Amino acid sequence: MGNNVLIFAEQMGGKFRSVAYEAICQGKKMAQGLGGKAIAVAIGGGVEAVAKDLGQYGADKVIVVDNAKLKDFTVDAYGKAFSEVVSKNDPAVVLLAATFQGKDLGGYASAALGAPLSSDCTEWASQDGGIQVKRPIYAGKAYVTVKFNSQPAVISLRPKVFLPDAPDASKSAEVEKIDLALSDDDFRSVVKEIITKTAGKIDVTEADIIVSGGRGLKGPEGFVVLEELAGLLGAAVGASRTVVDEGWRSHSDQIGQTGKVVSPKLYIACGISGAIQHLAGMRTSKCIVAINKDPEAPIFSTADYGIVGDLFKVVPALTAEIKKTIG
Amino acid sequence: MNIVVCVKRVPDTETKIKIGGEGTKIDPAGVEFIISPFDEFAVEEAIRIKEKLGKGEITILSLGPADAQTIMRKAYAMGADKGTHLNDATECQDTLAEAQALAAALKGMQFDLLLFGKQAVDYDNGAVGVQVARLLNIPVVSRIIKLDVADGKATVERESDMGKEVVEVKLPAAFTAEKGLNEPRYPKLMDIMKAKKKPLEEKPAQLEAPKLTIVKMDYPPARPPGKIVGQGEESVPALVNLLKNEAKAL
Amino acid sequence: MKFDFTEEQKSMMEVGRDFAEKDILPTQEEDEKAHHFRKETFKKMAELGFFGCVIPEKYGGNETGHLCAALLTEEIARVSASWTLPFNMQMWGPAFTILNYGNEEQKEKYIPALVNGDVIGAFAITEPNSGSDVAGMGTTATETDDGYILNGQKMWISNAQTADMSLVYAYTDKAKKHKGISCFLVDMKNNPGIKTAAIETKLGLFCAPTGEIAFEDAKIPKSALLGQKGDGFKICMWQLNNTRLGCAARGVGIARGCHEHAIKYALERTQFGQPIAEFEMIQDQLALMYVEYEAARLLVLKAAYEKDQGNIGNTLSVSTAKYFAGEAAVNASGLAMKVFGSYGYSSEYPVERFFRDAKSLQTVEGTSNIQKVIIARAILSK
Repeated sequence: MGNNVLIFAEQMGGKFRSVAYEAICQGKKMAQGLGGKAIAVAIGGGVEAVAKDLGQYGADKVIVVDNAKLKDFTVDAYGKAFSEVVSKNDPAVVLLAATFQGKDLGGYASAALGAPLSSDCTEWASQDGGIQVKRPIYAGKAYVTVKFNSQPAVISLRPKVFLPDAPDASKSAEVEKIDLALSDDDFRSVVKEIITKTAGKIDVTEADIIVSGGRGLKGPEGFVVLEELAGLLGAAVGASRTVVDEGWRSHSDQIGQTGKVVSPKLYIACGISGAIQHLAGMRTSKCIVAINKDPEAPIFSTADYGIVGDLFKVVPALTAEIKKTIG
Repeated sequence: MNIVVCVKRVPDTETKIKIGGEGTKIDPAGVEFIISPFDEFAVEEAIRIKEKLGKGEITILSLGPADAQTIMRKAYAMGADKGTHLNDATECQDTLAEAQALAAALKGMQFDLLLFGKQAVDYDNGAVGVQVARLLNIPVVSRIIKLDVADGKATVERESDMGKEVVEVKLPAAFTAEKGLNEPRYPKLMDIMKAKKKPLEEKPAQLEAPKLTIVKMDYPPARPPGKIVGQGEESVPALVNLLKNEAKAL
Repeated sequence: MKFDFTEEQKSMMEVGRDFAEKDILPTQEEDEKAHHFRKETFKKMAELGFFGCVIPEKYGGNETGHLCAALLTEEIARVSASWTLPFNMQMWGPAFTILNYGNEEQKEKYIPALVNGDVIGAFAITEPNSGSDVAGMGTTATETDDGYILNGQKMWISNAQTADMSLVYAYTDKAKKHKGISCFLVDMKNNPGIKTAAIETKLGLFCAPTGEIAFEDAKIPKSALLGQKGDGFKICMWQLNNTRLGCAARGVGIARGCHEHAIKYALERTQFGQPIAEFEMIQDQLALMYVEYEAARLLVLKAAYEKDQGNIGNTLSVSTAKYFAGEAAVNASGLAMKVFGSYGYSSEYPVERFFRDAKSLQTVEGTSNIQKVIIARAILSK
C-alpha cells in the first residue's frame, strides 16, 4: 500500500492554474500526515519547462508527460496518461481540483483504477491512517463526511476553498519525464476549435468578487449597472436561474443548484429574491451583500449586509462610492 | 440510431433537505422526486436527434429504488421508447459502484449514443458519465451544450475553462449534458397516456460493495445573522465602510 | 372509494403546473397591463392537448377525461385565472357540445380545429337585456330558403372579437318560448352581418378577451343548425352544466393560489418581532382559506369524476361545485388580501389580481343565485 499523494497540476495554455497550487499545497499536507510524498503530475504540450516550479508550492517530485499531441485537453488522452502515471506510483490519494478538467479526469481515473471518488471536497482530515473528506451535496443544502474503504482515493477539491501558501522560491522539485505511447485510439475525440471567452470576462467560479442579478433587473439591459460595478471591482457578473431561463444572461453565468456553485470573497446579490436553489449555490461566499426593494426577500436572511431599496439607484451609488473610496 | 439515456431520480431542486434518522441519508418524507434536471436535457436531446433523423430508438436506463420507474415514465411521455430499471433498494451512495452497475447493464445493449446529465443534483459528484464511458471503453465528452450527429461522428460544443470548445468524436460515444443544450419539452397529454403502455424491464442492479462510506450527513453551518444597513442609496456610504473596515471584503 | 390520483394524472398536473409557471407567469404582469391575449400561449396549450381531454382520439382529442381537464384548469388558475377560459371556449363549450349534438359533418369541421387551436371558439348566450333569464333573449334566426338570418345582440361574450366560430343561441320561433330557441354553429369571420367589439370596462380576467356581438341580417347556411330546431334551450342547459365545471375548477385554482401566496407571505413577513404566521388571527385566516379550498376541490373532483363515469347531466353536483368554488375563490382572495395588508392592495403583488378575477365567478355561466336555484330545485324534487 502506498502512502504518497499524487496531484494533478492543471495547466491552461502551458501555464499552471492557481487551482494547481491549491491542490499541491493540500497534497503536501496530506502526504505529511500519511508519511509519504507529494508528487505532482503535469500533462500537456510544452509543460516541461515550468514543471520544476511546482516544487515552490510543496511538490516533492513532478512527473511530466509532455507531448505535442496533448496540447488540448481531452478526457480520453489525458485520462489515459494520468491513469498510467497513477497506477505506476500506487498512491494513497489522487488529488485534483474540482474544475472541468479535474472532474473529468477524476472520473476517468476512478473508473480506470476501480478507485472510489469524492468530488468538490471542502474539508479533509487525516483519520485512521487515511484521508477523510467533507463535501457538499444537494448543492450545499447538506454536507457528507466520507471515509474511503480502498486505496487510492480519488479526491477533487473545490476551487478557492483552500488557498495556496506563498511560493518558496528556494525550493524546486525533482522532475521525471515520462514518455507514453499514445495511439490513434487515444484520440477518438479531437478538439477542433477553441472559442476563447470575451477578453476581460471573468468566470464566476474564478472570481474573487461576484456581482449577481435576478429578476429585479427587469430585463437584459438592466445588467448594465451591474457590469459597471463589476468592471470597477474586477468582478464577474452572475445571474439567477430565472434570469438565465428568460434568456437575459448566458447559461454559464447561472449560480445555483442547476448552475454553478461559488464561494467568492464578496457576493453582491442585486434584485435576487433568494430562492432556495440560488442560496444553495452562493451561501459559502465569505461575505454576502443583498440589495433588494422587498424587505421580506429571503436573500436578506442569508446576507451579511443588506440595503432595502431600488437597485437601479443603489448600485450606481455603490459604484460611485467605491470609486471615490478606492480611487 | 440507437440512443441510451441514463436518468436518475433526485429530490426536486426546490426541496428543503432534511437529514433522516440514521444521519447518513435524507429523510424522503414529503420530498418530491424528479428526473435530475441535467438528465432531462439528455432525454430531450435524444428525442430531438430521433425526430431529426426520423428513425432510431431511445432506451432509458435508470438505477434507483422502485419509484425510479415514475421518472422513467416521464421520459417515456417526453418521447423515449423503452427502458430498463436497475432496481437498487439500498440507495447506493458510491458513484463508482453505480457506474459499474450501469456499465454492466449497458454491455448487453446496442447503441450509438450514450447520454447522461453532467451530474445528478443529489450527490453532485459529476462523475458517472465519464466513469461509465471509461468502463465501456468508449470516448466521452462532458458538459456539452450542442450536439450534431452525422456520418458516424458527433460534433459537439462544450464549455471549458478556456471558453467554448468544438470537439469531434467517433461514435459510439458518451456525452454528458449541460444546461443550455436545449429546453426540455412538456409531455403532451396523449403521450402521457401512451407512456404507461411502453415496455419497462426491471432487473436488480449489480452493485459491488461500496468502496466508500458516508460517515455522517450535516447541515451547512448557519451563517451569522446579517444586518440591514439601511434604506435606499443614502445607506451606500455606510455599506462601503462596513465592507472595507469590518468585513475587509474590498 | 379511492382518493389517489393515478401516475398519469399526477404527470398531467405537473405539466399544467410547469406550463403555468414557465409559459404564463413570466409574461403575466406585462400581459395583464396590456390586456393581451397571447396567441402563442393559446397555441401551446392546444399542442399539449389541453383542449382534447374530453374529446375522442378520432377528433384529435386524448380522452384523458373531465377530471384531468379540471386538474389542469386548477393548476393554471393557481397562476392565472384568465388562461383557464380557453378550456371552456374551446373544449367544454363548443367542441364537447358539437360532439354530443352535432352531425358527422359538423363534428369533422369543427372539433379537431377547436382541439388543435386552429379555430378559436366561443359561445354566445347572454344579451344586454337577458342574463339569468336565458329565455328572455331577443336574438332571432329567421329561416329562409337557403339558411337563416340572424339579428340581435350578444354581450359579455368571451372571445367575441377573437373567435373564429361560436355557438349562437337564437329564437327560431319566439311564440314557443324556450322551446323555440335553436343553437347555431356560426363562422364569425368574413360575415358582413356580424360585427364585434371588445369590452374593456371589466374588473378582471384581463388576458381573456371579452366583447359584444351584433348580428345585423347576418346570413348563415342551413348546415349551421346544431341538433333540431327548438333544441337550443336544452342544448344551452346541457352545455352550461359542462362549462360550469370549468368555472368551478377555476375557482379552486384561484383559492389555492391565494392560500399558497398567503402562507408564504405570512411566514416571511415579520411584525412585532415574529413572522405574522405566529399570530392566531392570521392563522384563523389561513385555516379558513385552506378548508374552503380543500372542500371546493373535492366537490369539483366529484363532479368531474361523475362525468367521466358517464353521468354528464349531473347538474346538482356541478352547480354545488360551481357555487361553492366560486364563493371560496372570492373569500380566499379577500382573506389573502388581509394577510398581505397594504401589499394585498397593491397591483405589484398577485393577490389584488386574484381578488378581481375571482369576482367574475359569482356571475359567469350562471350567477351564484342561479346555482342555488338549481340546487334547491334538485334537492326538493328528490
